[in-house]
Amino acid sequence: MYRTSQRDIRFAENELSLRELLVSGLAGDAAAYRDFLKALSAHLRAYFRKRLLQRMDEVEDLVQEVLIAVHNQRQTYQSDQPLTAWVHAIARYKLIDVLRAHSAHGALNDPLDDELEIFAVSETDAADAKRDLGKLLSTLPDKQRLPIVHVKIEGLSVLETAKLTGMSESAIKIGVHRGLKALGAKIRGIA
Amino acid sequence: MKTDELISMLATNADQVPALKVEWRFALALGIGLPVSALVMLLTMGLRSDFVQAVGGLAFWMKLAFTACMAGSGLILTKRLSRPGVKVGYAWLGIALPLLVLWLAAVLVLMEGEPPQRLGMLLGSTWNACPFNIAALSVPLFFATFWCVKGTAPTRLALAGAASGLLSGALSASVYAMHCTESAAPFIGVWYVLGISIPTLIGASLGPRLLRW
Repeated sequence: MYRTSQRDIRFAENELSLRELLVSGLAGDAAAYRDFLKALSAHLRAYFRKRLLQRMDEVEDLVQEVLIAVHNQRQTYQSDQPLTAWVHAIARYKLIDVLRAHSAHGALNDPLDDELEIFAVSETDAADAKRDLGKLLSTLPDKQRLPIVHVKIEGLSVLETAKLTGMSESAIKIGVHRGLKALGAKIRGIA
Repeated sequence: MKTDELISMLATNADQVPALKVEWRFALALGIGLPVSALVMLLTMGLRSDFVQAVGGLAFWMKLAFTACMAGSGLILTKRLSRPGVKVGYAWLGIALPLLVLWLAAVLVLMEGEPPQRLGMLLGSTWNACPFNIAALSVPLFFATFWCVKGTAPTRLALAGAASGLLSGALSASVYAMHCTESAAPFIGVWYVLGISIPTLIGASLGPRLLRW
């Protein structure tokens, strides 16, 4: 039996329409190219938010970096190639770059001066708190985690979140409600 | 900068992109690298003295067929690794199969020879120069292929570097074959292969540093 889920259909539609825009853009159509970059940036934002839970502040930097990379390397896209594979490879490459830079940075920047220690401590505390919330959040299923991250942590509207994640508005509301309930239960379980 | 402003900026800078831009880059790189390598060979080593007779024989072409197969597969591998999200697929077989056939032929030749002759077949008379000459002739090609890949978007840098090195090494071996008079399969299977692997290994180690973007 052949079944196609709604998610697959939406994915295929996105892939096709985005590819069309890019191909027109490569042929010199600036308006199509702008639409392509715009749609792409929304996808990238969702992609990186999911993977940079602990560093939400860097998501937008990374989105911009990948947009620039896509622009500079657009000659390497072949119109018969799946666009998803091409974009994903670039996004993944840049994401790994950022993560690697972070691990190197952390290892080389141990605070040595006593004076700076105070700030260092409070900073790590904040990071730990963030990480704990991130850890708890990461135990939730996507349909609850994403609505909470976007609506409750980043302060997006339900409508914006729905557009970003491709979920329906009512699914977002339900996700927030059930996710918060589940988080509460988890926190009580720990305490 | 806001992301929307960045997008507007990028979109206004978006001229038409020629469809075969990457292919042209490869053509330009190899079109310069190969003649330079050949010129260096002609000036420092010279054509083999029996070149005209050799071209009429099978051994010359068998040797060239091997190096050309490696170069062709190296080009396919390099091109695939230069584009984000393109799978290498079965292209690596283009390296493995010629090697396998060559080594099989080498074993057969060695088994046919009398035991005292075997070492001579393996070493020929130029074994100590061959790999280094191939590596030396690959230098201009190595620069050319790395320049070429540097202008694309490889995401697996060590592999992309290795493939570029292999491409330059295999082309350089084809150039060197115009000078070298050895044609025994055991000799090619050891010393030519060693000569090609030198730029390949150098490419693999330099790739992660030089090919970042």
